[in-house]
Amino acid sequence: MADDSLVIKGLSYSYGAHLVPALAELSATIRPGIVTGLVGPDGAGKTTLMRLMTALLLPTSGRLTVFGLDTGTSADQLHEIIGYMPQKFGLYEDLSVIQNLRLYADLRNVPESGRQQLFARLLAFTGLESFQKRLAGRLSGGMKQKLGLACALIRKPRLLLLDEPSVGVDPVSRRELWRMVQELVDKETAVIWSTAYLDEAELCQEVLLLDGGRLLFAGPPGQLTERVADRCFLVQGISGNRRQVLARALQLQEVQDGIVQGQNVRIVLRAGQNQPTLSLLNAGADAYLTPVPPRFEDAYVDALGGGPGGNSALAAAMAPLPNDQAITVEAKGLTKRFGDFIAAQDVSFAIRRGEIFGLLGPNGAGKSTTFKMMCGLLWPTSGTGRVVGLDLQQAPGQARSHLGYMAQKFSLYGDLSVRQNLDFFSGIYGLAGARQKETVTRMIDIFGLHPHLSDSAKDLPLGFKQRLALACSVMHEPAVLFLDEPTSGVDPLTRREFWTHINGLVEHGVTVLVTTHFMDEAEYCDRIGLVYRGRMIATGPPDELKSQAQSPQIPYPTLEEAFIALLQQWDASHEELPS
Amino acid sequence: MNNRLQRMSALIRKEFIQIRRDPSSLLIAFVLPVILLFLYGFGVSLDAKEVKIGVTLQDPGKEGNGLAAAFLASPYFRARISHDEGLLEQELVAGRLRGLVVIPENFSRLVEKGGGAARLQVIADGSEANTANYVQNYAQGVVNTWWAMHQRDHGLPSQKGVQLMTRIWFNPELTSRNSLLPGALAIIMAIIGTLLTALVVAREWERGTMEALMATPVAISELIIGKLLPYFILGMLAMLGSVAISVTLFDLPFRGSLPALLLSSGAFLLAALGQGLLISSAAKNQFIAAMVALITGFLPAFLLSGFIFEIASMPPMVRALTHIIPARYLVTNLQTLFLVGDVWSLLLPNVGILLLLAAVLFFLTARKTVKRLR
Amino acid sequence: MFNRIRALIIKELLALLRDKKSRMVLIVPPLVQLFIFSFAATQEVKNQTLAILNQDHGGPAWTLEQDFTAAATFSKVIRLQRPEEIPAVINEQQAIAVLWIPPDFSRDLARGQAPQVSFILDGRKTNAAQIVQGYGVRIINSYRDKLAAGTGQQSGVTLVARNWFNPNLDFRWFTVPSLVCILTTVIGLIVTGLSVAREREMGTFEQLLVSPLHPLEILVGKALPALLVAMAEGGLIVLIGVFLLQVPFNGSLPLLFASMGVFLLAIIGVGLFVSSLAMTQQQAVLGSFLFLVPATILSGFASPIENMPHWLQTISYANPLRYFMTIARGIFLKDIPAAVVWGQTWPMAIIACVTLSMATWLFKKRME
Repeated sequence: MADDSLVIKGLSYSYGAHLVPALAELSATIRPGIVTGLVGPDGAGKTTLMRLMTALLLPTSGRLTVFGLDTGTSADQLHEIIGYMPQKFGLYEDLSVIQNLRLYADLRNVPESGRQQLFARLLAFTGLESFQKRLAGRLSGGMKQKLGLACALIRKPRLLLLDEPSVGVDPVSRRELWRMVQELVDKETAVIWSTAYLDEAELCQEVLLLDGGRLLFAGPPGQLTERVADRCFLVQGISGNRRQVLARALQLQEVQDGIVQGQNVRIVLRAGQNQPTLSLLNAGADAYLTPVPPRFEDAYVDALGGGPGGNSALAAAMAPLPNDQAITVEAKGLTKRFGDFIAAQDVSFAIRRGEIFGLLGPNGAGKSTTFKMMCGLLWPTSGTGRVVGLDLQQAPGQARSHLGYMAQKFSLYGDLSVRQNLDFFSGIYGLAGARQKETVTRMIDIFGLHPHLSDSAKDLPLGFKQRLALACSVMHEPAVLFLDEPTSGVDPLTRREFWTHINGLVEHGVTVLVTTHFMDEAEYCDRIGLVYRGRMIATGPPDELKSQAQSPQIPYPTLEEAFIALLQQWDASHEELPS
Repeated sequence: MNNRLQRMSALIRKEFIQIRRDPSSLLIAFVLPVILLFLYGFGVSLDAKEVKIGVTLQDPGKEGNGLAAAFLASPYFRARISHDEGLLEQELVAGRLRGLVVIPENFSRLVEKGGGAARLQVIADGSEANTANYVQNYAQGVVNTWWAMHQRDHGLPSQKGVQLMTRIWFNPELTSRNSLLPGALAIIMAIIGTLLTALVVAREWERGTMEALMATPVAISELIIGKLLPYFILGMLAMLGSVAISVTLFDLPFRGSLPALLLSSGAFLLAALGQGLLISSAAKNQFIAAMVALITGFLPAFLLSGFIFEIASMPPMVRALTHIIPARYLVTNLQTLFLVGDVWSLLLPNVGILLLLAAVLFFLTARKTVKRLR
Repeated sequence: MFNRIRALIIKELLALLRDKKSRMVLIVPPLVQLFIFSFAATQEVKNQTLAILNQDHGGPAWTLEQDFTAAATFSKVIRLQRPEEIPAVINEQQAIAVLWIPPDFSRDLARGQAPQVSFILDGRKTNAAQIVQGYGVRIINSYRDKLAAGTGQQSGVTLVARNWFNPNLDFRWFTVPSLVCILTTVIGLIVTGLSVAREREMGTFEQLLVSPLHPLEILVGKALPALLVAMAEGGLIVLIGVFLLQVPFNGSLPLLFASMGVFLLAIIGVGLFVSSLAMTQQQAVLGSFLFLVPATILSGFASPIENMPHWLQTISYANPLRYFMTIARGIFLKDIPAAVVWGQTWPMAIIACVTLSMATWLFKKRME
């Protein structure tokens, strides 16, 4: 007990007497000297738990002590020893980097002497030396996050709380942040890192897995993954269509969960089941199963009782588009300048019917600029974007009527009910009368929205929000779907359901353009375009990018490692040239 | 103690940097006051000059014409004379005239007889109620002057009777700007104190910086003072600037002393800032904070402060309500300081009430704000 | 195209009415303003305190004093003993005016001389002083007439004052029609001003932009709901004004609403302009405020337009509120004919064309 830095006992918290408790009967201990991951989907109660730990909220029942200090009675002493980085980083956007540091140093009464060295060390540590005078609001997401961390570290805390530091941040910055936190951890410091990314959780020494306010698991992540050891396989050498292979695999009784991974399909078997008969998957003659080490996500989905099936009722209800391999989305020399700044330079790509194309890249690299130009939200300075052959600048209305769009925050009208949202979106896409009614009814049936029809969209559970957003963007049966970080912050089960639908639609000939920071999501793509410094620096199937990035140090890179390696290669080859 | 001072000065410094960089703070604190000052200085005037009236002259006689000429010559009226009553009435309906003077057929005859039975009619456009009052008063004035002249011209003894000597103190010309501008200053102070403070605190909640602050060793009292002091200074600067503009550009007299001005506006600012802080501790969203600040700060300062609308004429319920409107006391003090001087026996009780209001508001704020998120 | 606009309008109305926050903004402040304004916004002068220093103890002086204290304006009277007390009474605002009857008043009057009575007013409150002064003059005049009648002397010419359209000069009759104008302006401005900004903040705006909707359709879809809501609210205020606050309505309702429609189009143009400019709801509120305050002040509500300097009167021709203020008061109280209404409506139509095309231009420009 003595070396536990944080003790949680029977902790419950409710935002209102009549509401479902945000946290229920939580008990756990957190040790110093390690990074503890606080893992779970949006709405699991991660932020509530963080705020309870900082004494910004008081438990409805139960107790929480930090280094022996009760949060209810010793908040003031507690605030002396914690460092806290809230979700929005807690930075003053209209103060410069150094002014933010100075403010937090004063608030924590860091003595004037030695301050110069402290700031110098923190700035070097976070790589912000050359940005001292820049306003925090003008920093990129990754830099804000590092500055937020620096502010939380100004007086070495005994408990460091980081609330979703990696949301919306690209893999490169995420890695750097992770490295920094690792360097910090010493015997006395406890670090709590909350995240919705399960691959991050895997790196933590211990995790608390939350779902719906309940603690599903506490302990080293390996302990959970062990449960699915020997049940994870990769179907390799697929010669047919890997999406159809996945759909068939998920139909099998033995298979608990499955996802697409580049050219392969990863499956997890149910406990106690034998390997499935490969011929049932119709994966081609050369297909074979390779056992692979389990991942935290496999175990997480297993703990929740497996993923959804592989069939999409949405796709089934849709008339297939001609299988003509036509180019449906095309970017030709897209360039966008904002004053002197070139956000995108000469970006070109073409997507064929029935293809999933992913746009990847670090924050501020020009990925969203490119995506916005392809939706017609931004006018290119030069170059053209075409959707089903229609120029987005010359025939914007026509081009957009073939386009479905779904954004990160599920841009639904929160105050409208589910049915009103459906009516509205079908209406602005020109559906009317019997056809509109019939389409709306079909969407309600397919997505099981009946129980929530008159609920306001903002009150829906996350999974239903995503279903509704997808329904709203496909009612007019678009030939092309544009997805902007569609599953960010969503739990793995909801994400699987989403991709089942997307895979189904693609099989019916829908073309998909997707931007993402999520490597899992990128694995679903047929091809990936890597955008960096305003240019498209690499395109190809995920597996091809991985092999491009192969090196003696990393013989079998993951997609994330490939991503980072490719950026470094590009930087290296361009530093030699005088710019 | 040293630690507290360090934290507080850091918060205050931060606030000033933000004020300098945030366009909406600058807009509210410096641009809006100037706009309002100019609008009230030029745009709002109760000094009815050249009121448009019509004179229906039904009397062809000499006296009737003489009186009509007197209306034409009056600096208060811009009169149109016509024999056609219907035409002028239409103009009154259309709003192109504010009043009608009807000189009846037998007017000259009756005046020549001695005037006792001569009657004139003045018809004012009641849809502009305040102007109607002026039309009546001015018409009476014209008729009185004309009658006195008439009697003198005819060698009649001037009428025996009482003379009313009106003397208007402090503002002999009754220039409405002299009493409206001090009122406009109170509105400006109310906007800076209440709206701006409510907005900047709500912004900290929205941007998540409040959450980060609360997890540091900063105490609530330090947070409150850290917000209060910068906006207090800003408000005082805006006040001094506005007073300077009023005196130099709009030729207002300033008969009070600087300490009395600082004392009155300081006490008012404390109350207004207290109100702004209280609003933002309840509404953690800029939009709601702005709405509440407008309804509870700006509107009462405009309506219930006695600056345009006479408090004594309001129904008792509303009159009772004005007692808790800080702007009411500031309007009185400013009008007095500009036009009268340091009437301490009037100023001090008002300052006292303002300080009391401020104390109540701060007490409520301190009770409502704990270092917690809810 | 019609279907798409209809979907937009329904959505906009639902979004306004289903959200508690926007429902509150639409309903509470206008009604609070309506009631407080119509009770508090009065330039009438009542319940004033008069101080009297009567140094003469004769009968005539006492009658004069009686005449003053009986006036409805003065509800309270302070009696002073010495002239030295006067400055304090005025300075400390214990009384709005002092009536000072000198010691030899009755004697002078009896001798047939014209005695002088002083009436000292507090110039800090210009409007009240002005009006109280008028009352004072009238009281003295009638006192003089009374004296003259008693002695058989000729009195002067009698001025009979009448007020058309509002016989008792009830200030509420003036305030309520003005409020119909001001409150519909606020609603029209806030609804359109916030609508685009809110969608920008919630991220739904991009969703609209990637749909086949033409920018012009989006604008129409934003303008029409605002027009409907503001007209409905205007109707509600007229109803409350007529039935609850007892203000007469003498003119034509269709004329009022027709001109209100034109007026609101001009206002909505401004609102859409602000909305296209603002990135956040807060900026939209501030922007609307910056239009609202000058527009109200230059509308003839707080003080008549003809009292303003000429250059400012010229500027006020660009203010749609000025025209509609004339129309609303005219229709409520004066039953003005259609020709007069038209004379005030066509300038608003021109303003509406200008504001709406500017809004369209800016809206399209911001989308590029």
